[in-house]
Amino acid sequence: MTNKNSHFVAPIEETPLLATDTLKTDQAPLSLWADAWRKLRRRPLFIISALLILALVVVALFPGLFSSVAPNEGCELANSEGGPTAGHPFGFTFQGCDIYSRVIHGTQASLSVGVLAVLCVLIVGVTFGALAGFYGGWLDIVLARLGDIFFALPLILGALVITQLPVFRQNKSVWTVVLVIAVLAWPQMARITRGAVIEVRNADFVTAARALGVSKFSALVRHVLPNALAPVIVLATLELGVFIVAEATLSFLGIGLPEGIMSWGHDIAAAQSSIRTKPEILLYPAAALSITVLSFIMLGDAVRDALDPKSRQR
Amino acid sequence: MKEKAMTTPEIRIDEADTTGVRPLLEIRDLAITFKTGSGEVQAVRNAHLTILPGETVAIVGESGSGKSTTALAAIGLLPTNGKVSAGQILLDGEDIAHASERRMIELRGNTIGMVPQDPMSNLNPVWKIGYQVRETLRANGKPSGPADVAKVLSEAGLPDAHRRANQYPHEFSGGMRQRALIAIGLSCQPRLLIADEPTSALDVTVQRQILDHLETMTSELGTSVLLITHDLGLAAERADKVVVMYRGQVVEAGPSLELLQDPQHPYTKRLVESAPSLASRRIQAAKEQGVEAADLLAPATEVQANDHILQIQDLRKVYKLRQGLGKSTDFAAVDGVSFNVKRGTTTAIVGESGSGKSTVAKMVLQLEKPTDGKILFDGVDTSLLRSADLFKFRRRVQPIFQDPYGSLDPMYNIYRTIEEPLRVHKIGNTASREKKVRELLDQVALPQSTMQRYPNELSGGQRQRIAIARALALDPEVIICDEAVSALDVLVQAQVLNLLADLQSNLGLTYLFITHDLAVVRQIADHVCVMEQGQLVETGSTDDVFDSPQQDYTKALLNAIPGARLMLPPEVA
Amino acid sequence: MVRYILRRLLQVIPVFLGTTLLVYYMVFALPGDPISALFGDRQPPQSVIDTLRSQYHLDQPFWVQYGIFLQNLFTFNLGNDFTGQPIAATLARVFPVTAMLAVEALIIQAVFGVAFGVFAGLRRGSWFDSTVLVASLVVIAVPTFVLGFVFQLVFGVQLGWAKPTVGANADWGNLLLPAVVLGLVSFAYVLRLTRASVSESMNADYVRTATAKGLSRPRVVLAHILRNSLIPVVTYLGANLGGLMGGAIVTEGIFNVPGVGNKLYQAVLRSEGPTIVSIVSVLVLVFVVANLIVDLLYAWLDPRIRYDQ
Repeated sequence: MTNKNSHFVAPIEETPLLATDTLKTDQAPLSLWADAWRKLRRRPLFIISALLILALVVVALFPGLFSSVAPNEGCELANSEGGPTAGHPFGFTFQGCDIYSRVIHGTQASLSVGVLAVLCVLIVGVTFGALAGFYGGWLDIVLARLGDIFFALPLILGALVITQLPVFRQNKSVWTVVLVIAVLAWPQMARITRGAVIEVRNADFVTAARALGVSKFSALVRHVLPNALAPVIVLATLELGVFIVAEATLSFLGIGLPEGIMSWGHDIAAAQSSIRTKPEILLYPAAALSITVLSFIMLGDAVRDALDPKSRQR
Repeated sequence: MKEKAMTTPEIRIDEADTTGVRPLLEIRDLAITFKTGSGEVQAVRNAHLTILPGETVAIVGESGSGKSTTALAAIGLLPTNGKVSAGQILLDGEDIAHASERRMIELRGNTIGMVPQDPMSNLNPVWKIGYQVRETLRANGKPSGPADVAKVLSEAGLPDAHRRANQYPHEFSGGMRQRALIAIGLSCQPRLLIADEPTSALDVTVQRQILDHLETMTSELGTSVLLITHDLGLAAERADKVVVMYRGQVVEAGPSLELLQDPQHPYTKRLVESAPSLASRRIQAAKEQGVEAADLLAPATEVQANDHILQIQDLRKVYKLRQGLGKSTDFAAVDGVSFNVKRGTTTAIVGESGSGKSTVAKMVLQLEKPTDGKILFDGVDTSLLRSADLFKFRRRVQPIFQDPYGSLDPMYNIYRTIEEPLRVHKIGNTASREKKVRELLDQVALPQSTMQRYPNELSGGQRQRIAIARALALDPEVIICDEAVSALDVLVQAQVLNLLADLQSNLGLTYLFITHDLAVVRQIADHVCVMEQGQLVETGSTDDVFDSPQQDYTKALLNAIPGARLMLPPEVA
Repeated sequence: MVRYILRRLLQVIPVFLGTTLLVYYMVFALPGDPISALFGDRQPPQSVIDTLRSQYHLDQPFWVQYGIFLQNLFTFNLGNDFTGQPIAATLARVFPVTAMLAVEALIIQAVFGVAFGVFAGLRRGSWFDSTVLVASLVVIAVPTFVLGFVFQLVFGVQLGWAKPTVGANADWGNLLLPAVVLGLVSFAYVLRLTRASVSESMNADYVRTATAKGLSRPRVVLAHILRNSLIPVVTYLGANLGGLMGGAIVTEGIFNVPGVGNKLYQAVLRSEGPTIVSIVSVLVLVFVVANLIVDLLYAWLDPRIRYDQ
């Protein structure tokens, strides 16, 4: 074989010749979303977070199923900082209210603020980001600078300024908190969308669609946006967690939800006074809050991996 | 024996050699497996090759054939999920298939060098070129002063090496970067150089210069070269021996010319038949068999001899290059280009990167507005088209783009992709559209069941066929192919070119074919326009341009086709 | 390079003006009179209100007010707050404390975040990597104020390793516990960013080429993997400094640190418009300048940016 002039030919049986470029038909057709879903289903991180989120949603929608005691019902100072008793598994707050019931009823506010704020941010951020990224030019410049202005205000700092406005002080509600968060957080979403749209807008399939006679705007809606959604979805999931923390922080500072609405942030603030005597009072709502946030962040992480183009099969 | 080789690297395995020359590199029964999510995949099986000192051996194969994997194993650079599962890699008698990392570091650089494939990504962007040469010299114990660095760079053909050493990779053109990489690969005078598609990312004329230079340098140093390439013509021209790999196995190996003239294995035969650089006007010739030979340049209907479907007149496109605060300079991407395209023929625009050929295509497609000049389509000035007319124009002129991974929307399944033009132009109802999609899939020789699939499930060639089907959906008259086959493996490329030729003769299509690859032009085009830096330097019929090129630039381009200087096997020539 | 710096400087100005204008507008021009809000239910005589109004130029048109404010801001003549204290003196007192806290937090997250991130990135898929990844998720999920209370309780009260509250005399030692709390969330982000960046550069072509040149593993890791992958990390850290200063409100509250956040929170509770606007403006300036420095740093670290245009 080391002979300089040898001519080697492999036996044909060993390397049967296939027809050039045959279609693989051994698998069922698979869209990108189906492919991502298949990958997602196999990840333990996703399964755990999805189950947790499902449970949280059920608790948020039907708190009555889990706690027969209304959150502010039967608060007796005699029970102040009382330990667990039958029917009150977590014990009592400083005010003598049932901690378990308060934790259950706090779920609703947290989730609704988070979900609504993410929806607002998606609507504003994706619209602005997509338009700026796709059309470019002066629109891009104006929107980018506008975003920078809001971006320069850190979330809690900006929220402090906005919520001190008399308008907000007098009309505290779930919606005001949602609005504050959305106003301060949209630039991040707009930036991500803009970047993703810019990456896709010059793809050949967009040019091909334009050459077919598809209008610019249709090309944006039908071809560019669907292909730019992956990072947007990931950010939205992660931001859900971030916004839930923001609501709790604002309520903790006393500038978030009004006192009448049950919120873990309020309860943690109220538990401050008991922290050295009865740290559990603080730990229950804190644990509920952390688990909620963790579920969304884990979900975001799993979704990011599943949608990562590098992990796609080719 | 493995352990022994690691502890005492000096061990030699002597064996009888028929020629008396000990091979520098001998790969025996090599198998390489990769761990993937779906289990172990065998990428290479029973690979074997032999390189004698001073010899150049080429491995030829299509993407996924295992040619690069084999070469990487020889320098111990398999990806972390890959491993040599059987066989030997003997370097001067020492089995390095399982050598320790320390031993491999000793060997790399000064015994085995490498010139990688893509000059854009293989130089670290944050270090100056000089630093990247210097660290190579230093790591291999060679003198590494500024003069040594400059010497290494200038030997690789970089002029003004002292100044160049102080620049960053992004200040270099692609060809210069590749020269820097060659400088690095050869800086420590290795005995074996692994060149992995060293020029496939470069323009043909640059490619030729660099390969010539590499050849000169290695023959001066007496370096053996393992050349990895997909181009059989290039391999045969540059290497003493050619090894053909197919689906992870060596199917044929032998002296270059012998292999080319007398291929034995059916795969090699197929490869020799399809290699564009070796082929003459094969597809044209097939076409001529149907039509009378003389009719080739004058289409069948003699009355329409002057029927120019496209007339490009003095076309210009000027871009403003911004130079900071308010200042800008004009850059003419296309400068005074005029040519005509006859109905039913194929006109190719050939040029290297930056020649303006794609900009011409964009303007003909009405995706960019010309700065100056006219494009007449079927006698009508396209700049006067209002939106409704433009919409009708789009039905008659359709594009096919280069990147088979980018030209189909990954979110659309094949049915929606091909149906989109029909829907946009409100042609037919659901049932008739589906029928049309099925017909189109038949036309591009794909099974109708492909409809349900998504682009990510198809190969590059299949995607390109889908792109053709989409372009045909509106029964256009003109198809503009912008580097439509450049990214495909040779066999697939030949298949797609044949498909395009068949469609032309069946449907009377007119093609405007934008390409950098003269070999492809020769296979498919009737007329050629050669562009250089925005200007048209030569036009003519394909035969005229190929047989008697008038301009130096055209001659340089033709001369640069790999394999052009080879003696062609009789049945192809 | 000079042109790049100039261009970036020109971009900073509209952002700073826009943000301060926005804040100023919200505090002084939206419905609801800041002066009467100050007094709550007990309205003082009209003459007192009028004096205060003219003192804060509230009787002038909005644009004039804003102009005067900007002028005062740059001459550091910020006037007095509603209790008669000069705002400039207050700022000079609280800013160094917060700056110290933020820098300490930054150092903690930089050192630990980068170290853990590099090791996890280099050994992607190992048990160390998986553990660190899950731990970082947990750290991100626990809100700062919960973390603050837990650390205060465990390290301050139960173990007694640090003072549970800082109080008047803030120094590097006293601020360590709050700095850990403040830096922990970003620590997790730094870790994840470093890890992703390192494992991405590990697969870069130029790293394989560097190995093929015969470089030793440590040299490849230092000169080619780390040098390249730390560019985004450094820029994240820089941009984070501004965020840490503005975001220290909760941490400062829990540990009773006499810093900017604490002062701002009190000002908000008391509706002290001028103090709020002054503090936020300075914070925005810090944020914008930090981002500017980061961009210049980026251009210095990555030669490709330097020569673009």
